[in-house]
Amino acid sequence: MSFSTFIQHCLTGISLGGAYALISIGYTLVYGILLLINFAHADIFMMAGYFMIFAMASFPWQVAIPIVILATVVLGVVIERVAYKPLRNAPRMSVMISAIGVSYLLQNLATYLFSALPQGYPTIPPLKKVIQLGSVTTSLVTLITPVLTILLVILLMLLVRHSKFGMAMRAVSKDFETSQLMGIKINRVVSYTFAIGSALAAIGSILYFTDRMSVTPFSGTMPGLKCFVAAVLGGIGSIPGAMIGGFIIGITETFLVAFGYSTYSDAVTFLFLIIILIVRPTGLLGEELTEKV
Amino acid sequence: MSLLEIQDLRVNYGGIKALKGISFTVEEGEIVTLIGSNGAGKSTTLKAISGLLKPAAGKIMYGGRDITGLDAQQTVDQGVVLVPEGRKIFPNLTVLENLKIGAYLRSDKGKIQQDLERVYDLFPRLKERSWQKGGTLSGGEQQMLAVGRALMARPRLLMMDEPSLGLAPLVVQDIFKIIGEINATGTTVLLIEQNASAALKLARRGYVMVTGEINLEGSGSDLLANPSVQEAYLGSQSRRHARL
Ligand SMILES: Nc1ncnc2c1ncn2[C@@H]1O[C@H](COP(=O)(O)OP(=O)(O)OP(=O)(O)O)[C@@H](O)[C@H]1O
Ligand SMILES: [Mg+2]
Repeated sequence: MSFSTFIQHCLTGISLGGAYALISIGYTLVYGILLLINFAHADIFMMAGYFMIFAMASFPWQVAIPIVILATVVLGVVIERVAYKPLRNAPRMSVMISAIGVSYLLQNLATYLFSALPQGYPTIPPLKKVIQLGSVTTSLVTLITPVLTILLVILLMLLVRHSKFGMAMRAVSKDFETSQLMGIKINRVVSYTFAIGSALAAIGSILYFTDRMSVTPFSGTMPGLKCFVAAVLGGIGSIPGAMIGGFIIGITETFLVAFGYSTYSDAVTFLFLIIILIVRPTGLLGEELTEKV
Repeated sequence: MSLLEIQDLRVNYGGIKALKGISFTVEEGEIVTLIGSNGAGKSTTLKAISGLLKPAAGKIMYGGRDITGLDAQQTVDQGVVLVPEGRKIFPNLTVLENLKIGAYLRSDKGKIQQDLERVYDLFPRLKERSWQKGGTLSGGEQQMLAVGRALMARPRLLMMDEPSLGLAPLVVQDIFKIIGEINATGTTVLLIEQNASAALKLARRGYVMVTGEINLEGSGSDLLANPSVQEAYLGSQSRRHARL
């Protein structure tokens, strides 16, 4: 492998990792607040792919992107309201099953509406712009993804650590009842959390599908699982953890494919999951898991 | 008109009747205490007033308004503030954040700052530790923080659920002294205590709860002198004297 091919793979890996990171944050945020693994998150991401196809059919990309983000946010928030909120006081397992149900519902709905055939993902011209860096050729999306990811993560962490809303989020993540006694509206905090997670998934989907070029109703499943593993790897509940996990998984996957082990690239993700659960169950940056009272 | 008037309040947990129709009043400016053995329904009463629990029947009148069935955010907004059993401070928030979150519904920045200073005056220990995570405080410090956090909401009715639980006798004295001071500045206090003798000494009036009902009421000093109260709640002392 020549040096320039190595750099090429690094860039691709970092870029894929950035998209994974954005999706992982959705898992980590929701888990942090509700202790729920939101299985539907992968399919929200997939739906964002279809939203883009339709938005670009009628609008230029500058308008299409905000529309896609908005539509995905609405989808995420509505799913929470309809499928999770009524189960707020139910056992965690019930909510989990509801999430799995929503996941299948979205996949089947997408199959029904858009057929199971791959639909071409539209080209967003500036993202596809080819860039020459010395002997390395790459598209702009490869460079934008990691920068945008890190920027969004920094913004999100500022929000969580230093804003009044972030303080409410952290309080709710520890104790619903006491948060209510402070005057915090739990449902509002949960809705905003889903909104943030969905918006990041929408941005992640644009970056991801621009490289993959097509969407199917099952396009969310594998990346979704990998991003969930990334969130666990980084320490579920931790935002920087999810980002690091996303990058690790994305870079590993890219290099496995580059060395000709693409058959194993998915398996290795789950090997990571098993190893981390055995060696360090709290993940790289996770705190001790405290049961909510 | 009483500040708080509870009429025939009933609360169930599924099939369990935790409150079987209790009635009592708290006048503006008073300290009233609710005593009773474990499981009598004291915490349930405060949670129902806060809006954390929805009553099955009965009425909660506050400042002349019916607040039955309001959510916790709404009662807090009206000045009904609960210091919950077991302190329940947020372990992942700093001491300062824990205090600020007490003022979550308020937007008067200047006054919030004043109240923060006041809480720090009351509990200098909290000021020294303002950057520490709440979870790293000692039990007594956490109780001070829980009280301070409640004060940040500017309570008109401050309800405290066993503030002395698990604290050393000297710290308990401090807490009771501070409850007295808070009351002296005009805040009405509804106090639940296991430490019945200290509570009855501090309170103007008290109610004794037994398995979801109120079966005795009177002024603090009357209840303190009442033989059946002594037997049940101040028991250890009198029995020890009897044996000697
Ligand atoms: N979440 C709950 N689910 C079912 N039963 C409950 C629940 N909370 C309280 N109870 C029951 O309701 C009754 C009253 O409980 P409550 O917590 O109000 O008692 P308490 O007077 O505060 O007791 P303590 O002094 O031990 O704190 C008890 O019998 C208790 O077992
Ligand atoms: Mg209690």
